[in-house]
Amino acid sequence: MHNLSVAQISQGLSKGEFSSVEITQHFLDRIHQLDSSINAYITKLDESALAAAQQADKQIAAGQANPLTGIPFAHKDIFCAQGVKTTCGSRMLENFISPYDATVVANLKQAGAICLGKTNMDEFAMGSSTETSYFGKTMNPWDLETVPGGSSGGSAAAVAARLAPIATATDTGGSIRQPASLCGITGLKPTYGRVSRWGMIAFASSMDQAGPMGKSAEDCALLLQAMASFDSKDSTSIDHLVPDYSANLNAPLEGLRVGVPKEFFEQGLDPQIAAQVHNALAEYEKLGATLIDIELPNSKLAVPTYYVLAPAEASANLSRFDGVRYGHRCENPSDLMDMYCRSREEGFGEEVKRRIMIGTYVLSAGYYDAYFRKAQQVRRLIKNDFDRAFEKVDIIAGPTCPSTAFKFGAKTDNPVEMYLEDIYTISVNLAGLPGMSLPCGQIDVMPVGLQLIGKHFDESLILNAAHMFQQATDWHTLAPAFADNTSEANGGAS
Amino acid sequence: MSWETVIGLEIHVQLKTKSKIFSGSAVDFGQDPNTNASAIDLAMPGTLPVVNAEAMRMATRFGLAIDATINQKSVFERKNYFYPDLPKGYQTTQLAEPIVGPGIVTIQLENGTSKDVRIHHAHLEEDAGKSLHEDFHGMSGIDLNRAGTPLIEIVSEPDMRTPEEAIAFLRQIHAIITYLDISDGEMSQGSMRCDANVSVRPMGQEELGTRTELKNINSFRFVERAINVEVERQIDLIEDGGKVVQETRLYDADKNETRSMRSKEVANDYRYFPCPDLLPVVLSDEFVQAERESLPELPVAKQARFVNEHGLSAYDASVLTQNRETADYFETAAKTCGDSKLAANWVTVELAALLNKNDLGISDCPISAENLGQMIQRIKDGSISGKIAKTVFEAMWNGEGSADEIIEAKGLKQVSDSGAIEAMVDEVLAANSQQVDNYRNAAPDKQPKMLGFFVGQVMKISKGQANPGEVNRILKEKL
Repeated sequence: MHNLSVAQISQGLSKGEFSSVEITQHFLDRIHQLDSSINAYITKLDESALAAAQQADKQIAAGQANPLTGIPFAHKDIFCAQGVKTTCGSRMLENFISPYDATVVANLKQAGAICLGKTNMDEFAMGSSTETSYFGKTMNPWDLETVPGGSSGGSAAAVAARLAPIATATDTGGSIRQPASLCGITGLKPTYGRVSRWGMIAFASSMDQAGPMGKSAEDCALLLQAMASFDSKDSTSIDHLVPDYSANLNAPLEGLRVGVPKEFFEQGLDPQIAAQVHNALAEYEKLGATLIDIELPNSKLAVPTYYVLAPAEASANLSRFDGVRYGHRCENPSDLMDMYCRSREEGFGEEVKRRIMIGTYVLSAGYYDAYFRKAQQVRRLIKNDFDRAFEKVDIIAGPTCPSTAFKFGAKTDNPVEMYLEDIYTISVNLAGLPGMSLPCGQIDVMPVGLQLIGKHFDESLILNAAHMFQQATDWHTLAPAFADNTSEANGGAS
Repeated sequence: MSWETVIGLEIHVQLKTKSKIFSGSAVDFGQDPNTNASAIDLAMPGTLPVVNAEAMRMATRFGLAIDATINQKSVFERKNYFYPDLPKGYQTTQLAEPIVGPGIVTIQLENGTSKDVRIHHAHLEEDAGKSLHEDFHGMSGIDLNRAGTPLIEIVSEPDMRTPEEAIAFLRQIHAIITYLDISDGEMSQGSMRCDANVSVRPMGQEELGTRTELKNINSFRFVERAINVEVERQIDLIEDGGKVVQETRLYDADKNETRSMRSKEVANDYRYFPCPDLLPVVLSDEFVQAERESLPELPVAKQARFVNEHGLSAYDASVLTQNRETADYFETAAKTCGDSKLAANWVTVELAALLNKNDLGISDCPISAENLGQMIQRIKDGSISGKIAKTVFEAMWNGEGSADEIIEAKGLKQVSDSGAIEAMVDEVLAANSQQVDNYRNAAPDKQPKMLGFFVGQVMKISKGQANPGEVNRILKEKL
């Protein structure tokens, strides 16, 4: 049941093969049974999920079902949900109950989807391994000794371990694509402005973007359909028609011009990954696409540019966590300054503090021009590179990550090495473009991701290209052994 | 050595929008704490700002009113600092690209001259909340009702040289914002707040002295006192061989002194940067043009018209145009009586004095403009004398009715009947035969002065109601 696609679940529900309550209970049971081994969830929402599933079953019985009615899913714990603990992976918000719904949360409620719980993440989405969460690390279901990637590691692990059919996630520098790649699932970061940021706790406002994770492009299309909307509450939301993302999934790729950036295959890339990605590109040729070499000369500047701009925005975005109105407040402050200092000292983890300090530094008098302004200028150059490339190609393809999932602790002592995890994903955020990761191979059982990058608002083409690849290959159907490691599957071996 | 004072003002004006600048909460003061504070105003995680278009419109109108450049692209920035009543930990404001660029405000001085004060720029920003320190047993309470109220901050160039000029400037700004109806402009309520940058330099020196910024000047009256006391302090300091330190100083009205606010703190680095949650605001040509065309008559234009149409002095015109209500009041009174100068006189002298004494604004004036006009008309048509008019005026103030009603009820109508006056003149002449002889024997150039004695006597008998012109005429005849 847990290997079914969204469309298959929907079909099962409408045919009465099982009810929403039954499939919801099935996933909740799996979560209770398996999640202690991978820690994908921060909060489990059994009660409200089952209540919502009952409602969904009534709706289905009444013949009023939407594509996501009664479909279980998980929310990354970065989205505010009214009456529900919303932690953002931080001690600062350990006991924060949101008084309102994020637009994404409201949209999915409206769509009739059933929220199973809220997933683990790097604290305030700052990290590429989910190791910075206050609520403990999440394990990669393919190898419990390795990281699931981050920051949306909880959502990626939950989908990979079949603890949710689909999940919401967010991506500021690669936080959807990199964990999708490391966990062998499909994840899409939409165009900046496509999905409302209202109620999504901000990390770097000019790059934060929510998107879907699922086992396939087809599932991502359905989830994106419900997530995407113009929202007047978000000034950076763009009033652009939301197309039917499922409509063109099967369009033939004959004549598709696929750009291959040479910079994405240079030093730093695991040669085995390069080989797998080249195999995937060959698959596209078989599907009728043409490969075209392109250059993104400024992409090598993406990581340093990002690590000026994102921390700068974060340093201001995180100022509201001051212990005054909500969130963590230290015990017995001696005065205001003591309250500020200790509340933030205790409430934030090391990586968050590091980024606040970097951000504060690059915005300081005397450094602003050298860092912040310069980084903004480089951001423009990076965007221009893509604009030029897209004059020649319809879509860009390359690796999502330089390596497969790494061991816990392998990169925690060297922040720069951790930051380089996002070397191929970050430029996409700086340019505001849509990007996707989909499984395209394995190295010693560990998944490898292919990244597809599209023009602004060209999610449909990305989904189409991904779906056609998934029709021709079966990488996306592979599940980690862990997913079947239930007492049921083991025949009661325990 | 003689010293020259240099003053620049920074004026914060709360805009009268219905809702806050970045949230839908009502702008409405005097409510229970935190009842006008939404999730956005509380800076709840995940909340985002949306610019209030009405605030942009009001700021645009202010810019047009001072003939300023309107920046059709303006950018909101974050000004970062921690304070308990600043919920986001930054204030959203404008810095590099404010909505209003350089402009000019012309001020009228009491000596009849005028002066142009340059405006450096005016920008939009959000107000902070309030920290309450009483009734919390050593803790502080935070009220965020005010947080997010739209403000325009108007920054002048250091073009003023005396406290009088600073007050005239402040009054002119007050006049402009109330004419535009974009703010209450109540300094006592905090809807208009003024900081003064003050420095001194030896007369004739071109280079500016080191300035201090004076805060907490919350009335027109305090502007003068605060500047004077700070100027004295700076001059004393320099003449004693000291140096003025650039700092923020708080004006204490009770002690009439300024004192350093932040001497112990390191200079703040606000780390401004463009707010990524808000796109640059772009105003179309059509929008700006439509606002320009719909501006009301502004103080300067009204002043000019009062001088040209009503024949008033520039200073009287500037006093009468300080707020729209006063100007309207004057025009109604002038129209009713048909004598602008007399109307101006009554409004700026007698009426202003009574309003001041009773701490009332013109909108609370118990005498309607029509009634004042009618009273002035009665002076002009000889029904009452200027002296009797003061009695009528006071009775009107006390709510005893219209001018005509009071004149009738109190029997104050001037006696112009020549028979009755003749009788009174005869009585006076008979009772003062010595003075009559003196008058008749005096040189002609001395006579007019001596006539006053007889006029006074007649007026006394008539209880002030005799028509002075008529009394004069008959007296001269009989003498």
